[in-house]
Amino acid sequence: MAHDTTHAHESNSKRIWTVFIILSVITLVEVILGIIKPDFLMHTYFISLKLINWIFIVLTIWKAYYITWAFMHMEGETKGLRRSVVWTAGFLIVYLVFILLTEGDYVHEVIQRGQVAWDF
Amino acid sequence: MEATVTRTGTEGKTWGGGNQPLKVSYGKMMMWFFILSDALTFSGFLASYGFARYKFSNSWPIADEVFNHFPFLHGVDAPMYYVALMTFILIFSSVTMVLAVDAGHQMKRAKVTFYMLLTIVGGVIFLGSQAWEWKNFIQGTYGAIETRGGNVLQVVDDEGHRVALDEFVVALPTERVQHMRSNGLWFTDEPTLPRFTIEDVLLGFEANPNLHIRTQELTETGEKVVLSRQASLAKLENEGIGIIEGANLQKNEYGNPLFGDFFFFITGFHGFHVLTGVIINIIIFFNVLIGTYERRGHYEMVEKVGLYWHFVDLVWVFVFTFFYLV
Repeated sequence: MAHDTTHAHESNSKRIWTVFIILSVITLVEVILGIIKPDFLMHTYFISLKLINWIFIVLTIWKAYYITWAFMHMEGETKGLRRSVVWTAGFLIVYLVFILLTEGDYVHEVIQRGQVAWDF
Repeated sequence: MEATVTRTGTEGKTWGGGNQPLKVSYGKMMMWFFILSDALTFSGFLASYGFARYKFSNSWPIADEVFNHFPFLHGVDAPMYYVALMTFILIFSSVTMVLAVDAGHQMKRAKVTFYMLLTIVGGVIFLGSQAWEWKNFIQGTYGAIETRGGNVLQVVDDEGHRVALDEFVVALPTERVQHMRSNGLWFTDEPTLPRFTIEDVLLGFEANPNLHIRTQELTETGEKVVLSRQASLAKLENEGIGIIEGANLQKNEYGNPLFGDFFFFITGFHGFHVLTGVIINIIIFFNVLIGTYERRGHYEMVEKVGLYWHFVDLVWVFVFTFFYLV
């Protein structure tokens, strides 16, 4: 190289490929589950959500963790930066999702009670 | 020099100024906070999608039946495969991006160039795939019958397989012509006329005794309700007003109009992010080529655009889950 670096960085490429394999495997599991749709997972409910959907959501958050921590290098940032980004998003999203889904479920029940004809 | 400097007594303290308490440059920190605000925008969209879906939970379209195309496999039911491929493409372009960042840390210009190029190619392929997905969604496959209440009725045969309108409906000659500015009221017009009228559909349906109507309602086990022959005919005669082929923002042949609206809006907004990402990547790529960062002594710009690119991937992971899997 024409340029001499003052501080040499060692390559992270091994970790990058490991994370790529993990992400691919998780995606593959999601796709296979989505195609097979095992009966047991489709018809078992946990907190008014199908078990299969819980699995999908947990796997998605797991993927998001790897993307943020490894690819976006959040693991190397200071605690202050990490928390101001991740916690802010985390708390707001949990709150928003809780409020909106609860409300959506309630509106659904109101429609089902039949005060309004929706199929005519 | 020394005499003009004002002493505050906080030199060397964490928040005393002149240092970086979060140990990142201003640009990188701002990229993080931009990403945070963008993440909240997307979660707002996805949460409102969740709201609509819970609200219409027993008439929401089943994604497997909507997105079941694969290039060069015509008429083959291939749910999920294409979108899984798109996900892999985006994850892979994320990998090449992070490899470019890694090469940048080691000041290896040739490697950065190569990986940036791969990232751009991946992004462009993804955008093309999304355009193809939109095309299929907008054109539709089977067509459906619209009811007076704004619901859709789909046609299936005895075994429950979907039947396209084309397969049993013949368009009868009609007097009705499209209203355009040149032949009607000069200040208004109407979209292209549907290919079949409800009368055509009724005739075709009566002539084929193996056809049934499938409503949008979901059974306890998550399948759509299929009506008996008798009930199908009654439903068509009493409620049908026209046909719908494909999807737009007002209605779609797959079911609830909100499904189409959210699909267009959320994947569209994500696609717009991918597009801007590709454009910024291209700019950075040329900067790498002409040696801007070599002269600057560091490749932090590659790192910043990398953060944005990974964020786009991150959003897609969630869109993929909530539109195609759940």
